[in-house]
Amino acid sequence: MRYTEHLVELDGLTKGFGKHEVLRGLDLRLPPGVHALLGPNGAGKTTLVNILSTLTPFDSGAARVLGLDVRRDKKELQRLISLTGQYAAVDAQLSGIENLLMMGRLFGLSRRAAAARAADLLDRFDLAKAAGRRVATYSGGMRRKLDIAVSLIAHPRLIFLDEPTTGLDTRSRRALWDEIAALAAGGTSIFLTTQYLEEADVLAERILVLNGGRIVADGTASQLKERVGGSTIQLHDGHGRVIEEIPTRGSAAEVSRHLAALAAARPDVQVTVRRPTLDEVFLQLTGKKAA
Amino acid sequence: MTAAHVTAPPVAPARGAGFLTGLHVFTVRSLRHSFRDGESLLMAVMLPVMLMLVFTYVLGGAIDVGGGGGREAYLAFVMPAIALTAAGFGASYTSVVVSNDMTTGFMNRLRTMPFPSVTVLLGHTASSMVRNMLATTVVILVGFAVGFRTDANVPQFLGAVGLIAVWILMITCVFAMLGMVAGSAEAANGYGFGLLFLPYVSSGFARVETMPSWLRPIAEHQPMTPIIDASRALMNGHAPGSDAWIGILWCTILMALAIWLTAVVFPRKIART
Repeated sequence: MRYTEHLVELDGLTKGFGKHEVLRGLDLRLPPGVHALLGPNGAGKTTLVNILSTLTPFDSGAARVLGLDVRRDKKELQRLISLTGQYAAVDAQLSGIENLLMMGRLFGLSRRAAAARAADLLDRFDLAKAAGRRVATYSGGMRRKLDIAVSLIAHPRLIFLDEPTTGLDTRSRRALWDEIAALAAGGTSIFLTTQYLEEADVLAERILVLNGGRIVADGTASQLKERVGGSTIQLHDGHGRVIEEIPTRGSAAEVSRHLAALAAARPDVQVTVRRPTLDEVFLQLTGKKAA
Repeated sequence: MTAAHVTAPPVAPARGAGFLTGLHVFTVRSLRHSFRDGESLLMAVMLPVMLMLVFTYVLGGAIDVGGGGGREAYLAFVMPAIALTAAGFGASYTSVVVSNDMTTGFMNRLRTMPFPSVTVLLGHTASSMVRNMLATTVVILVGFAVGFRTDANVPQFLGAVGLIAVWILMITCVFAMLGMVAGSAEAANGYGFGLLFLPYVSSGFARVETMPSWLRPIAEHQPMTPIIDASRALMNGHAPGSDAWIGILWCTILMALAIWLTAVVFPRKIART
């Protein structure tokens, strides 16, 4: 089937705003699934999402999404995707259900189909009770949920989520993660951008790190950790507090040499060996701290 | 059936919506905005009422516009100008709502969807027409309530209202364009502010012959004056002469300009978040 070959194919994709080059030649093949685009602020994450979702024209190279050319097959592609931008793009003056019905009609659903689908989504996102209320009265988490519900109204094959949980409290964030995971389990492909490493780690099968307009790393969370390599020997006191960390390259020989030295000098110290965190990976790849 | 492995949803791709569906959806949406925003609605109705009362009772006795002078003569003189002044305020609301759509990411989402996104702007325009024709009706009703009497026949009266409607359509297009170009709703409001003074430098509230010689040519030849003169003539049962066509020509030119600018800028304008 044509839609399932590659989710995204990029060949030498470039985009600049004036003299400022934002994307400097991206090459990429992504299979269907959940992908997270990580990067520091200003790395071009939103620009890439906007290009892939047909919103922003690009300068050179080629971009195909779901097997369709982003430029040439724009209209056809728009029927298969949906974009949930950084700010909840719902109409605050309308009620939850009115937002859903409006978007359903614009995707070409009949009144009846839109109403049925809206009722489903309101149930699923636990918004049924608030359905008749103006969105202006919703909490941030509810708005975000409605935002995502709206983008699902016409069963898209692929949804773009640009920083879906930015600005949410921890509880709402976790609730939204559950929804996104359920969506992915249902077969919808997801391309999300995030500043939160934990979010990428929890949700994405594959993580892309964008820095300085280039994709500097691409793989599963554990592949990225491997790529940075090394393990850290942590020394704890008797109360579980970390008192010292010894970076190593992770080879058995090196680790055992450190352990032998420790055993001789401080025989009572508690020791664990841990893999790098995604934070450390990010820091090494981009030279910047994650948010 | 076990749901262990599910592939893409077994639903056909969305069909997308046509122009008419889009227009319908967004006109309903914008009307809901207008009629739910209680304060704006109150303002839209109260403003023409207040203007009518102030100009009739406070200034009406003092400003001599001929025709025997006095309050009733001024009332017959000033009604079109008040309708257009109220419409200016009403239409400026369009620039705020358009700007909101452009800057909040709402328009970005719509632009990735399979329907003609220009229908968003047309919906705002349609709802502005409804709002402002309502305000014009209020002006006319208050006018009759405070003593306006006319010999105009129905076609003449409708002609006057029609000219006012043409102006409202033009000014709405201009405000929609400003809302789109502006960086924020506040800025959109600011750009529109200047336009709201247009009626005072016209033949609407005082005879241009009473203005200083440097101001008179501006007041005589600005686009609002022929519309006001023609609809005043019609409302009072006189022939509008060439003013009607000059006014319509002005509106057509300005509207074409606004639409052209919109057509150039709109496809490129994307909220950069």
